[in-house]
Amino acid sequence: MINSSSDNVKKLNLINRRMFLTGSLKFLVMIGLVSRLFFLQVKENKKYLTLSDKNRIREWKLAPVRGEFEDYFGNVIAGNFEAYQLHIIPEEVEDFRYVIFRLKDLLELSDKEFKKILKRKNEIKPWETLIVSDNLSWKKFSKINNHLYDLNGVKPVISISRNYPFGENFTHVLGYVSQANENDVESNERIKKNFVPGLKIGKVGLEKSFENELIGTNDIERYEVNAYGRRISQLEFQKGEKGQTVRLTLDTKVQQQCNELLKDQAGSICVMDIYTGEIIAMHSSPSFDPNLFVFGISKDDWQIIRNDPMKPLVNKTLQGNYSPGSTIKPIVALSALENGVINTNFTVNCRGHKYPLELYGQTYHCWKKEGHGFMNLRNAMKQSCDTYFYEVARKLGVDKLSETAKKFGLGEKVFGGLFDIEKSGLVPNTQWKKNALGKGWLLGETIITGIGQGYIQTTPVQLCLMTAQIANGGYKIYPKIVDGDKKIAPIDKFMPLYTNSKNIKIVQDAMFASTNEVRGTSYKSRINDLKYQFAGKTGTAQVKKITEKDRELDLKTFEIPYDERDHALYIAYGPYKNPRYALSIIVEHGGSGSATAAPMAKKLFKTVIDRHLLRSNTNDKKYLDV
Amino acid sequence: MYKMYQHTRLTNNTFGFFQKFRNFDYILLACILALGFISLTTMYSTDGGKILFHTKSHFTKLVVFTLMMLIFSFVNIKFWFSIGYLSYILVVGLLIWTYLFGITSSGSQRWINLYFINLQPSELMKIFIILCLAKYFHRMKLENVNSIYTILTSLIIIILPMGLVIVQPDLGTALLIAISGIAVLWFAGINHKYFIYTMLGFVIALPFIIAFLKPYQKLRVLTFLNPDRDPLGAGYQIIQSKIAVGSGGIFGKGFLKGTQSYLEFLPEKHTDFIFTLFSEEFGFVGSAILLIIYAVTIYRIVSVGASSRSYFAKIFCYSFAAAIFVFIAINMSMVLGLLPIVGSPLPIMSYGGSSMLATMIGFGIVMSAKVHNQQSIA
Repeated sequence: MINSSSDNVKKLNLINRRMFLTGSLKFLVMIGLVSRLFFLQVKENKKYLTLSDKNRIREWKLAPVRGEFEDYFGNVIAGNFEAYQLHIIPEEVEDFRYVIFRLKDLLELSDKEFKKILKRKNEIKPWETLIVSDNLSWKKFSKINNHLYDLNGVKPVISISRNYPFGENFTHVLGYVSQANENDVESNERIKKNFVPGLKIGKVGLEKSFENELIGTNDIERYEVNAYGRRISQLEFQKGEKGQTVRLTLDTKVQQQCNELLKDQAGSICVMDIYTGEIIAMHSSPSFDPNLFVFGISKDDWQIIRNDPMKPLVNKTLQGNYSPGSTIKPIVALSALENGVINTNFTVNCRGHKYPLELYGQTYHCWKKEGHGFMNLRNAMKQSCDTYFYEVARKLGVDKLSETAKKFGLGEKVFGGLFDIEKSGLVPNTQWKKNALGKGWLLGETIITGIGQGYIQTTPVQLCLMTAQIANGGYKIYPKIVDGDKKIAPIDKFMPLYTNSKNIKIVQDAMFASTNEVRGTSYKSRINDLKYQFAGKTGTAQVKKITEKDRELDLKTFEIPYDERDHALYIAYGPYKNPRYALSIIVEHGGSGSATAAPMAKKLFKTVIDRHLLRSNTNDKKYLDV
Repeated sequence: MYKMYQHTRLTNNTFGFFQKFRNFDYILLACILALGFISLTTMYSTDGGKILFHTKSHFTKLVVFTLMMLIFSFVNIKFWFSIGYLSYILVVGLLIWTYLFGITSSGSQRWINLYFINLQPSELMKIFIILCLAKYFHRMKLENVNSIYTILTSLIIIILPMGLVIVQPDLGTALLIAISGIAVLWFAGINHKYFIYTMLGFVIALPFIIAFLKPYQKLRVLTFLNPDRDPLGAGYQIIQSKIAVGSGGIFGKGFLKGTQSYLEFLPEKHTDFIFTLFSEEFGFVGSAILLIIYAVTIYRIVSVGASSRSYFAKIFCYSFAAAIFVFIAINMSMVLGLLPIVGSPLPIMSYGGSSMLATMIGFGIVMSAKVHNQQSIA
């Protein structure tokens, strides 16, 4: 008994000692837990609150409303319209199969479209919006609205979308919008910031160049969401801003006429104000309807556009590198005069194909079989005598010629970086050839450069600028297509490009003769009315080298295969007294400048000059208010 | 000796009903009721502020098991002593039954279907292993405690149910059973050297143990070491749980306003992670109060043990207190990101009948020990 009780005491002592130890340990652990709680909830509270808000609050951005383009007179040429759309949130539909088949009937969807919708439905979460149709006709939209009682969960939605009311007329200037792809988002911060699925952005043209101004800012909806991303409640709605309106210098009427003139032909027309540099019209043909791209172009439409041999996707005004042909002659003449190589009395005898200019075994023919006879500068320009300009070029040399040509805007981008597709053309000189081709310049190359063949390449807008700068008396201008450019004018604006203004007058007079005097190359297209009278220069650029055989055959334009026909060019300015507008016309494979291009100028000048008063009044606010 | 005599005299008086009533540990009872109330409100919050399935079910269990506990209090501690081995064998039987015919859910076979309740015998084992071992050591002389025979027997008693639980597979509960058992061994007076050696051995063996873990268990350990490894996958639970607790702040987001739980970012918010929800809504202050209630509960259990005359009751209360403490500590460390995720419910708070049943049986025995604290067991 005593033994057992002493054992009991020992046991009790042990258990109590161990209980004390355990108790202390528990106390320490408890302190540890409390301090951990303190650390998380008091010290790091801010961090975890932020994380919790990040968890629960999600922003939904809505597509911003895109800014509009207006022409000079304030007409909207790229605007927004209300697109009728049909949305479904699958989880809100009781019987999805029934509804979707009913819609298929009502909208007359093809099996292909229908499958696409079903596929998209499987890709999204059930509470996300399924866009069944993004651009319904009013008829179908109202049909759906009439059947809404039967279409549980279908939401007719009016959404704002891009619209080009003038269709194909402004395509190459404005470009078009289409859904942004990954590349677009990565390369532009503004797009990245405003991106929402389905956002439409400018792909080419001014739509692309002015993306940052046009895009606007998103409407933002803040929602509380649960762990699965389902919206629970709306916390905030923040209205976005519409993008800026961009006013262009273009005249829709003139632009439309350009489109008509070039109908079914490939080519370009560019009209410019010779003092302000404002582009009145700039059209490249054939064009296409940019509205096709807004909701994603169909495969068939795209193939038609892409495979068109006339290349509608190319903006010929800016991207087309053409041999200027005879339209370079004013610059050749001016350069020769400026450099004192010739004077107005310098005469060359053009003896036709029987006695061509011969140089190192090469022969250089004039376009006229019989020859022009004795030519002075004025006559040579008027009748576009090639032999004369061979001789002038030979005397002048290509380096001096290229200097003058560059001064007048050839060989460099007219709009700088505004259009990323613009080409700079090419004004060759000896140095260029050595660098680019590693060969020495040949005299023969100088001779053909004198009639705008060979290496020399110009874009239609460059030719237009060149003409404008001759027309305004030889002063530098900076063409612009966007009105109200607040950039400070470059210091060399309106700086004279000549050394002797008389020389400019001589060239102008020669161009007048070419259009308005008998035997002038564009005499047939002249306008006698002083109000519209214009001066110009035709050009016919060879696409392939003329062989002896061709020369013997002397085929008419329509007898030659389309691809081998010459390009028809024409540059002009008017009215001759008090000139204001310059233009350049190129018709690809159009035959000859005098037959194809010059008559277009005649029609165009009528319109342009008729609209001059309206145009100058528009700019003057006083008239507008009255 | 004199003291003992006095005690003997008292025990000779048979207790009347009211005498027993008076002997109740009201502080412990109040703590249990408080925990029950808190767990109910929290469950109400997990149901999104509505009385739905979890709240109703939890309420029913709470009422039934609290009543059961009260009834158990009136049962003489001698009875609990007498069923020590029997109950253990019964639960081992249930575990074998589970192994053979159990219900499989989310990849492990842990439950047996009793038609009115799905019972998880492994949870009961957490308590009955204490009861069994307490009985085993009750009459043992101190010199016999450290004999090889005793140690081996007690280890077998622990390892047998552990093995049956590990094959379910449920490593977490197996570990908790082991901890309950080891607590008894500790209080029974097994030489502290053994504990130190075992611990050292465990630390050394740890890399090998990890090598034998199942892939998902390894993932849990890796995730614990760096939750940002896979924030939407394996690390999701622990990250979201820390966010919930951390964003609670000092006073919490308010009752029914815990965005983490309400918006379903919290995983397992009814069961293992219930403390996270509570902590998010009631903040540091609320959590501290909850911890204090738990602390008082444990303190009361210990003091019941201290005031108990019988060695059996003492050893049971101390071990039970230690076990409950470890359950709480492990659960909280887990949700606070201090331990890898092991499935361990928070006693009383977590949804789950078996766990609550086991805890309430434990409380019932403690209460019985209190009511009959002068009862000696021969």
